[in-house]
Amino acid sequence: MSKRRILLVSLLVIALVAGMAAMGQAAPKSGGTLVFGRQGDAVSLDPANVTDGESLRVTRQVYDALLDYSEKDTSLRPALATSWENSADGKTWTFKLRKNVKFHDGTPFNAEAVKFNFDRWRDKNNPYHQGEFEYWVGMFGGFPGVVKSVDVVDEYTVQFTLERPVAPFLANLAMSPFAIASPAAIKKYGQEYGNHPVGTGPFKFVKWDRGDKIVLEANKEYWDGKPYLEKLIFRTIPENSARLMELQSGSIDLIDGVNPDDVALAKADKNLQVYLRPSFNVGYLAMNMDKKPFDNPKVRQAVAMAINKAGIVKAFYAGLAEPAKNPMPPSLWGYNAKVKDWAYDPAKAKKLLAEAGFPNGFETTLWAMPVARPYMPQPQKIAEAIQSDLAKIGIKAAITSYDWGMYLDKTSNGEHDMALLGWTGDNGDPDNFLYVLLDKDNAVKPNANNISFYRNEQVHKLLIEAQTISDVKKRTALYEKAQEIIHNDAPMVTLVHSTPPLAGRKYVKGFIPHPTQSESFATVWLDK
Amino acid sequence: MGRYLAKRLLLAIPILFGVSVIVFLFLRLIPGDPAQVMLGEKATPQALAEIRQEMGLDKPLYVQYSRYMVKLLQGDLGRSITSHTRVTEELGARFPATVELTIAAMIVALLIGIPAGIISATRQYSFFDNASMFVALLGVSMPVFWLGLMLLWFFSFYLGWFPMSARLDVSFDIPTITNLYVVDSILAGNWAALANSLWHLVLPAVALGTIPMATFARMTRSSMLEVLRQDYVRTARSKGLAERLVIAKHSLKNALIPVVTVIGLEFGLLLNGAVMTETIFAWPGIGKLAFDAIMQRDFPLLQGILLLVAAAFVLINLAVDMIYAYLDPRIHYE
Amino acid sequence: MLYLNSEQGFPGPAPAQPGLPAQPAPPAVTEPTPVGDNLAPQTTTLLRDAWRRLLRNRSAVAGMIVVGLLILVAVFAPLIAPHDPLAQDFDSRILPPSAGHLLGTDDLGRDILSRIIYGSRVSLAAGILSTALAVAAGVLIGAFATYYGGFWDNLAMRMMDIMLAFPQILLAIAIVAILGPGLTNAMLAIGIISIPIYARVVRSSILSLREKEFIEAARALGASDLQIIFKHLLPNCMGPLIVQATLGIATAIIEAASLSFLGLGAQPPTPEWGAMLNGGRHLLRQAPWVTAFPGIAIVVLVMGVNLFGDGLRDALDPRLKQ
Repeated sequence: MSKRRILLVSLLVIALVAGMAAMGQAAPKSGGTLVFGRQGDAVSLDPANVTDGESLRVTRQVYDALLDYSEKDTSLRPALATSWENSADGKTWTFKLRKNVKFHDGTPFNAEAVKFNFDRWRDKNNPYHQGEFEYWVGMFGGFPGVVKSVDVVDEYTVQFTLERPVAPFLANLAMSPFAIASPAAIKKYGQEYGNHPVGTGPFKFVKWDRGDKIVLEANKEYWDGKPYLEKLIFRTIPENSARLMELQSGSIDLIDGVNPDDVALAKADKNLQVYLRPSFNVGYLAMNMDKKPFDNPKVRQAVAMAINKAGIVKAFYAGLAEPAKNPMPPSLWGYNAKVKDWAYDPAKAKKLLAEAGFPNGFETTLWAMPVARPYMPQPQKIAEAIQSDLAKIGIKAAITSYDWGMYLDKTSNGEHDMALLGWTGDNGDPDNFLYVLLDKDNAVKPNANNISFYRNEQVHKLLIEAQTISDVKKRTALYEKAQEIIHNDAPMVTLVHSTPPLAGRKYVKGFIPHPTQSESFATVWLDK
Repeated sequence: MGRYLAKRLLLAIPILFGVSVIVFLFLRLIPGDPAQVMLGEKATPQALAEIRQEMGLDKPLYVQYSRYMVKLLQGDLGRSITSHTRVTEELGARFPATVELTIAAMIVALLIGIPAGIISATRQYSFFDNASMFVALLGVSMPVFWLGLMLLWFFSFYLGWFPMSARLDVSFDIPTITNLYVVDSILAGNWAALANSLWHLVLPAVALGTIPMATFARMTRSSMLEVLRQDYVRTARSKGLAERLVIAKHSLKNALIPVVTVIGLEFGLLLNGAVMTETIFAWPGIGKLAFDAIMQRDFPLLQGILLLVAAAFVLINLAVDMIYAYLDPRIHYE
Repeated sequence: MLYLNSEQGFPGPAPAQPGLPAQPAPPAVTEPTPVGDNLAPQTTTLLRDAWRRLLRNRSAVAGMIVVGLLILVAVFAPLIAPHDPLAQDFDSRILPPSAGHLLGTDDLGRDILSRIIYGSRVSLAAGILSTALAVAAGVLIGAFATYYGGFWDNLAMRMMDIMLAFPQILLAIAIVAILGPGLTNAMLAIGIISIPIYARVVRSSILSLREKEFIEAARALGASDLQIIFKHLLPNCMGPLIVQATLGIATAIIEAASLSFLGLGAQPPTPEWGAMLNGGRHLLRQAPWVTAFPGIAIVVLVMGVNLFGDGLRDALDPRLKQ
């Protein structure tokens, strides 16, 4: 061997070793069980029939929708649909579907299955239309809503005909509630389908011990490649601090819902990593305009000025939030930065209240969620803070609480005076905040999302117009205008945009918190 | 004794009957349409019509009751409003967790409470007596949820010795046969799982068992004192029998009779305490389920839980009466 | 937790009652000495004797002092409390105990000591009022049913048995859930679920008295049923009833705190011990004092009441102490 050759060989060896080492670091390992700790159990695993994040977090793993969001944000990518095109008038959408995909029960995924699902959601008389389908109502405007028909063109082509062009149509289809379920399973289980979910997703449902855990296992035939994790378990641990403690003790691997006050604790633990979910939400206080005296704009403005937002943000979010002046987060396009927030001014608020005819204030109820939400980690305490702020201008608010499910039902039915609530964006379109939370179309009892029951014709016109055009610049102008009007009418006190913290063991890799709170675990792996 | 037991058994029947009537009437006493209450606010008109027909709501009450009883005896308790599962299925999944917890708590209570009471009685006014009676007084004066939180703080958060929630680490996978994890892990021969499930049981069982423990200690002590004053014990002593023997042979059985009578009652109280304990320790049992069912207005589920718990309570008392009859021969002659 | 205290150290085996669940012997149901109108002097002597015995009982006196002090604290709360119990201060959240805040502050920056001081009002009121309600209803049901006996007695007692077959706290939760959360409804619920205890205490006292000579005598003298019940029978049940009610207050305090802990009792911003405990729960790890102190307050009060009740029982039933 010549010296040159030796050199060459050793260089090669070094390169090889270095390469292998680099691969060893980067190449994900397969196998293992990940236990995810969360605050509440799922309600049902039929995604079309739930609205809560804890149910959708699980269904996201079991099902696929036609489209999906990218890992980090809400830009779209193909999922069960591989390509799509829109007609010139914007009313017809044609989707090419992915071939050779099977549901977990072995039945094939095809255009018929897509049609079956959409018909189940949109048609009140469909025999499998069992449930509320609230998300369908919220996003597509009722039964059947804007979707006039869904037709099978051939085995792998499906066509949607809409009443009018809908700009966020594709973004809506990517939402977890509109995931495609196995028609055979729906037929088989009927009203119990929510306990026996069957989709095409990266994980298959194994079992559900209610109140305790949901067990999923890898779908080895997943069309996008087998996921790394062998098993994925969602455990319910209601108390935030207990959940963090279990994470520290190593009995679980990843948790959502870390108390903002506990973040420092988690950061100090060398076995843990802290994740921050990009801020994509709003926490607010809705005032029911169907009830006196909140029909009076001066009363609402007085309330807006009486609440010490900055104090609340400082006290309950440990710096992981900012006060909100608009009902949508600043990171979303279309946000109106020029709106000037109501300044905290109890004296002025009291004056305004007197002008409205309530010099001595009034008695009312202040509803508060019974559970922590990402946008509001301590709703009961925040309610007490607001109660005390309102007392200073003479408004005596009795704090009222219900079971979480009932709370949502009752507020949707307009039974409250004032209510705390919030919203995390689903699809990255301003429509998903403004239309959902403040349009008159969504102020219909008993399924209102607009629980201020704010019905402003001008805002409605702006929002509908923004839905029908696709030019982002034009839409931005419309949304900015809408935010201005909403701000002056003050149907809600927008309180906060939070950055929800999560924490995990250091060996958890490939987990990327999604702004919509619904991330896939297909790419997560364990380095241990 | 046979006649006595038969009589007790017969007396349990009207109570169970009464319980079923109360649970039946409960639904009809709530303001609003019973069909609506059964199916929740969001039921479709079609489903409402169906259940009205099924429950016979247009018929007189006794017809409704008999239909309800027929279904009940067939083991059909309807479906939960929130989860849409069969109530029987839900109870089957959750009740064993509570049974396991209450039995563990009862064992803790008996194993510590009775010996403490006996020692206290035999050494009346000693330091041990005073100390254990003080602790017992503390025990009966403590809200179980506070004790649970303090145990959680000290043993889980501060010392890190015990888990904070759940019945078993998820890494263990045992076949569920009885749904009592302790029994299931023994049946599966999985000793690691057994140890793990027992480890999870410790804190909740101690929290829940403290009150009955205190009660047993106080009762055993006073009952023992009473017995020790009896003539036959004095006779035994005067015959020169060793004190240990006097206590073990002549006093213990009689002293424990009143303790046995309250075991049944204490089981009922444990079910009470279970509601709070299960909430604190996120124990997926029937106490937490009942609380949730009430808060969610899940009446079919609540009905099922109430029936089950009341029946269990009545049957436990029956069992205790039998033990009592065995222990106290005087029962024969009544 | 209903019978929590009633069975402590009762003297002999409880006779198994015809009916389920097994019934603990009411405290101190011994042969009560008849006290009628004409026997007033003897009553005073008895009470004086009982009082003297009570004062000789060191733990009972300790209990009395604790309860007395807490009543004083409740009455003079505004004078004693160092801070406004409702005043929030976000700059002094979750402070550990210090000179400025002896027991620290909660996560709204409120002074925990002041809240505990004001909270004593709620707990005492809840304990006493709900027990009063239960005693009133229980006495009426027990007295009339037992006096008339037969069918009515059977009906009432089976109703009580059935009520006792359900876990009491679940009944209370259900009642509050239907009526709506709040302190008043919580007290009402606790009152209702406690009725059977008092009905049974009264019943067993009256059963032993019904056929007594002085009752026969009163009847012969033409006393009406009402007169007999209220003038002759009930006064003779007072001993066991007072003991049971005292111990019942202890239980009721814990039950009220439980309901508040579950968010069904006292509503914010009312300072109530159980609600304070619940409010501090999520801080258990970094600030255990927020949860610990209200709980200690409950234990101290309940223990005081229990000690006093135990002492009362011993005092009213001289046979127990040798």
